[in-house]
Amino acid sequence: MKQVHFITELFDKYDGRSLQAYLNVGGFASLQKTIEIGSEAVLTEIDASGLQGRGGAAYPTGKKLRQAQAEKAARKFVVCNADEGEPGTFKDRELLKCNIYQVIEGMVIAGICTQSQEGIIYVREEYTNMHDEIRNAIAECYSHNYLGKNILGSPYNFDLKLFSGAGSYVCGEGFAMCESMEGKSGRPRSKPPYVKQEGFLNLPTLVINTETLSTIVSIIKHGADSFRRYGTEESPGTKLISISGKVNRPGVYEIPFGLTIREIINDLAGGIRNGKKGHFVQIGGASGGILPEWLWDTPYTYEDLAKAGLSVGSGAIVVADEDNSLLDYLKVVQDFFSHESCGKCTPCREGNRQLRFIFERITDGTVTVADYDRLEIVLDVMGKASLCGSGKTEVVPFRTAQRYFPELFLTKESLEAKKAVV
Amino acid sequence: MKTVLLTIEKKVTLTIDNETVKVPEGTTVLEAAKIAGIHIPTLCYLKDINKAGACRICLVEANGSLQASCVLPVSEGMVVKTNTPLIRQMRKHILALILANHNSSCPTCIRNNNCELQTLAKELNLREEIFEREYSRHIDDFSPSVVRDDSKCINCGRCVNVCNDVQTVGVLGFVHRSDRTKVAPVYDKSLAELSCINCGQCIVNCPVGALREKDNTDLVWEALADETKHVVVQTAPAVRAALGEEFGLPMGTSVTGKMVAALRRLGFDKVFDTDFAADVTIMEEGTELLDRLNNGGVLPLITSCSPGWIKFCEHKFPELIPHLSSCKSPQNMMGALLKSHYAKMNGLDPKDIVVVSVMPCTAKKFEVQREELEVDGIRDVDISITTRELARMIKEARIEFNRLEDEAFDDFYGDSTGAAVIFGATGGVMEAAIRTVADILTGQDIEEVNYEAVRGVEGIKEAEIQITPELKIKVAVVHGGANVKALMERVLSGEAQYHFIEVMACPGGCVNGGGQPIVPDKVKMETDVRAERAKALYYEDSAILPRRKSHKNPSVQKLYREFLEEPNSSLAHKLLHTTYVNRQ
Ligand SMILES: Cc1cc2nc3c(=O)[nH]c(=O)nc-3n(C[C@H](O)[C@H](O)[C@H](O)COP(=O)(O)O)c2cc1C
Ligand code: SF4
Ligand code: SF4
Ligand code: SF4
Ligand code: SF4
Ligand code: FES
Repeated sequence: MKQVHFITELFDKYDGRSLQAYLNVGGFASLQKTIEIGSEAVLTEIDASGLQGRGGAAYPTGKKLRQAQAEKAARKFVVCNADEGEPGTFKDRELLKCNIYQVIEGMVIAGICTQSQEGIIYVREEYTNMHDEIRNAIAECYSHNYLGKNILGSPYNFDLKLFSGAGSYVCGEGFAMCESMEGKSGRPRSKPPYVKQEGFLNLPTLVINTETLSTIVSIIKHGADSFRRYGTEESPGTKLISISGKVNRPGVYEIPFGLTIREIINDLAGGIRNGKKGHFVQIGGASGGILPEWLWDTPYTYEDLAKAGLSVGSGAIVVADEDNSLLDYLKVVQDFFSHESCGKCTPCREGNRQLRFIFERITDGTVTVADYDRLEIVLDVMGKASLCGSGKTEVVPFRTAQRYFPELFLTKESLEAKKAVV
Repeated sequence: MKTVLLTIEKKVTLTIDNETVKVPEGTTVLEAAKIAGIHIPTLCYLKDINKAGACRICLVEANGSLQASCVLPVSEGMVVKTNTPLIRQMRKHILALILANHNSSCPTCIRNNNCELQTLAKELNLREEIFEREYSRHIDDFSPSVVRDDSKCINCGRCVNVCNDVQTVGVLGFVHRSDRTKVAPVYDKSLAELSCINCGQCIVNCPVGALREKDNTDLVWEALADETKHVVVQTAPAVRAALGEEFGLPMGTSVTGKMVAALRRLGFDKVFDTDFAADVTIMEEGTELLDRLNNGGVLPLITSCSPGWIKFCEHKFPELIPHLSSCKSPQNMMGALLKSHYAKMNGLDPKDIVVVSVMPCTAKKFEVQREELEVDGIRDVDISITTRELARMIKEARIEFNRLEDEAFDDFYGDSTGAAVIFGATGGVMEAAIRTVADILTGQDIEEVNYEAVRGVEGIKEAEIQITPELKIKVAVVHGGANVKALMERVLSGEAQYHFIEVMACPGGCVNGGGQPIVPDKVKMETDVRAERAKALYYEDSAILPRRKSHKNPSVQKLYREFLEEPNSSLAHKLLHTTYVNRQ
C-alpha cells in the first residue's frame, strides 16, 4: 500500500467545477452529518482521528477547533490558509483545483464547530488562474444554500469569500495573514494575544490549512477509524506530499504515514533521474531539515523525523542527487529568506544579512574561521529570539546540514587543524 | 473636586529574578520588572507609542521560554528571569546585529551622549563589533524642518507609529522586505514633497540619530559675525521651560534669566521675547473673535499659531481654512513688527536687520519660509532655530550656562505677561484669550484668571464660559494630530459646535514640540514630559510675571497707541495677518 486515496478519493472522479457533479459523488454528506449529529459529536470524531494540522505546526486539530469554539465574540472568523508559499509545496493547489467543493464543505463544518459565521479563503496570489473557479464554486454553493443563511434548513449561517494573497511567503503565518487581509503589509504580530483570540480585525480567528480542512471532511464521512487504518499510532492517517527535484515523477501523492523516504522516492516518484545516486532531501519546505541519503530509510512520520531533527512541515520533499552541492543548495535556501522574510524583527532581518555575507564568502572561497563563528551566533540568535516561526525555523536546514555533514562548514585551515588533532 | 472612580482591579502575583511582585492584570513583564527594581533594556518599545515586539532586545525567560517582555502580559504564578547567561548573551548578540546595520559614528553624531543605542551598548557591556557592517547611505534633507539619515535608522518603527497613530499624518512607513527593509517616507518621496506637517514628533521619539532637525546654527553664526547686520533674537515661551534640560537641570526648571544672559553672550544685539508678540496675538485674535461673534462671522474661530496645525489643516481639512484666524503666529508677528516699528524707532534699515527666532518647534522652520510671510518683500523672520540648536550654540561657545547670572530681556519687545508665557502649553492660548476677551466684554478687570478647565494634558478639552450674563461661549482645546483630526471631523459634521478652538499640532502643545530637548525613553516611562514642562510656564504666570493679561502689557498698549492704532487696523492687517493655501 504505497499511494492511497483517502483525502484524494474524489480527485478525477468528478468535474471539479460543478457542484452537481460533487453532489453526485456524495459531496456535502459530511456537512449533512454535521448538521445532524452536532458539533460535539464531530469534534469527538476529529479528536479520535488524531489529525494534526497540515500547515506546518502539526497542532492537534481537534484541540485547536475546541479552543476556537471557546472564544466568545459576536464575530468570529475561519480562514482557510491556502497561501502555500513554501518552496516545493504545491499540494494545496491540487486540493483547490481538483476538489474545491470539499474545501468549502470543510470551511462550513469548521464554522459550525466553532460557532463562527464568516469564512475567508486566503489564496496565494500566484494561483490567480484559479481565483475565478473558486469564486464560481462559492457562488454555486450560495445559490444552493450550502453557504449563506440557515444552511440546508439548519439554524447555521456561514458566509464565505476569497481573499487574494499579498504575494509574500510570510503572509502564510497567521498574524501576517490577518494584517495582510486588513490591508497592511504582511508582518507577524507578537504573541500573546494569539490569532485565535485577536486575529483578523482583532477578532477571534481560526486559521486552518487547506489540507487539514479537506481531511476533516473525509474523516467525518468515513469515520476516525478508517483514517486511523493508515499511518502509525503517533502519526495516524494519510498525508499529501509534494515531491520535486531530481526524481523521475515529481508531483503530489497521498501517502499513509510510515513509508520510508526511499520508498517515496523510488516507488512513488520513480527514482532518481538518469540513474544518478541520491545525495540528500530537504523535507518540509524552505525551513525544512536536510536528510542525507544514508538515512533515507527513515519512515516519514512525525516521530521518526523528529528523532532525526526534522519535521513534516508543509509536506514538501525536495530531492538532490550526487551532482547537487549542499552548500549551493543552502545558499539558494538562504537567498529565499533574504527575499521573503518580512524584516520586522532584528534576529531574522539582520541574521539574514549576515548569512548572506557568509554564504557569499563561502561561494567565492574567501570564508574564514571567524565567519563560521559568526554563523554559529547568527543561527543561535535567529533560532531562539526571532519574532515568528519563519526566523525561528529558518535555522533548521543549516543545523541539520551541520549535523549530517559536519565538515561542510569548515575552512581548509580549520579542516587541517582538526585533522592534525585527531 | 474630582470624582474618583473605584475600579476593582485583579492582581497577579509573579516572581521576577526571585522577587515576588503583585501587579494589576494586563501589566507587561517589562512594567512589572520596573516595579521589582529591574530595568529591562528596550529599543523599539516606547510607552504609549510603540509596542511592536520587533527589536527583541527586551527578551526575558518567562516560564522557561524566551519572550519579548515589552509585549508579554503577566500571568499568575509566572516565573521570570531577566539576568541569566543566556539572556545577557542574547542581548549582546542582538545589539551587535543592530550595530552591523548602523553607521556608528558617535563622536560626530547629533545624538552623541543622548542616544538609546549608544547607552545600551555601554550599559550592556558590549565590547566588540562582531559582524560585518552594511548600511544604507541615503539622506533625505530636502525638508526645511526634518532630516532623515537612513544610515542611522535601526528600523524600530517608533517614528512610523508617531506619524500614523499619534499625529495621523502617515507619511512614514516600512518598505521592502527582509534585510532590505527600511523605514522611509511613503511613495519613496522626500518628506518635503509629502503632507508631512514638520512637527518633528518623529525626531523627539527616535531612539537614535536617524532623525534630526535641519540645522541652521551656521546661518546664525554667520549673521552674528557680519558687522553690517543688526541681529536680534526672539525666544518662544516653551524654550525657557526646557532649555535647562540640555544642561542637566531637572525637567520643569524655568531658565529664562540664564537663557537671556547666554543669548547676549552669543552676541545678539537685542534679546527679545516672542511673548510680547503673543500678547499682540491675543489683541488681534481676541478682536477677530469678538468681531466674528458680533457680526455673524465664520465660527468656530480656530487658532493659527501652530504651523504644524496649519499645514495639517491645509492638507487634510481645507474646508476649514475660512475658520482659521487670519493672525500670523507670534513668531512672525514679532518679525514683522521688528522690521517695521522697531526699525523705524531705531533708525534701522529693515534690510539690515536679521531676525532669529528660537523655537520649541521644527515646523517654525517651514513657517519662516512660507511665501506669504513677508511684508513689502521683507521676510518676517530670517532664521528659525530650535531649543536644541540653541543649546548646541551655547555649548560650542563654551558658555557655562549653569553659572550665568540671570538677566532680563531687552526693553519694550522683551515685555510680556503671564498670559503670553502660557502659550507654550496646551490650553494657554485659550486661557490668555479668555482673560482678555472677558475684560473687554465686561469692561472690568476680572481678578480670577485661572481657567483650569482648559489646562492639562487631556487630548480634547471642552468648556463653556459665561463671560457676561448674556454671553456664554463654548470653547475647545485640542492638541496632537489624532485628537485634532477627531475633533475637526466632528466640527465638520456639525456634531460639535463651538465658538473658539485652540489647536496645537504637538501632543501637550509647544512644551513638547519637535524642537525640544530629547528625553530618554527611560525618563518617558516614568514622567509625563508635557505636564512637567508646563509647570514651569504656569509658575512664571502665577508667581513671576507682574501682569497676567495681554492687554495689560504696557508696551503692547504703547505699540497700539503710537503705531498700530487699534487691533485689526489696516496697518495691523498688513503686518500681522496672513492667508492660507489649499494643499489637497
Ligand atoms: C512563515 C510562515 C509561513 C507559513 N506558511 C503557511 C502556508 O503557506 N500555509 C499554511 O497552511 N500554513 C502556513 N504556516 C503555518 C500557519 O501559521 C498556521 O500554523 C497554519 O495555517 C495552521 O493551520 P493547521 O492547524 O491546519 O496546520 C506558516 C507559518 C509561518 C511561520
Ligand atoms: S522572524 Fe523573520 S519573518 Fe518573522 S517577524 Fe521576524 S523578520 Fe519577520
Ligand atoms: S545614533 Fe547613537 S550609536 Fe549611532 S552614531 Fe549616533 S550616537 Fe552613536
Ligand atoms: S515631522 Fe511630523 S508629520 Fe512629518 S514625518 Fe515627522 S511625525 Fe510625521
Ligand atoms: S528613524 Fe528613528 S524612530 Fe524611525 S524607525 Fe528609524 S530609528 Fe526608529
Ligand atoms: S521587542 Fe521589546 S523593546 Fe523591542
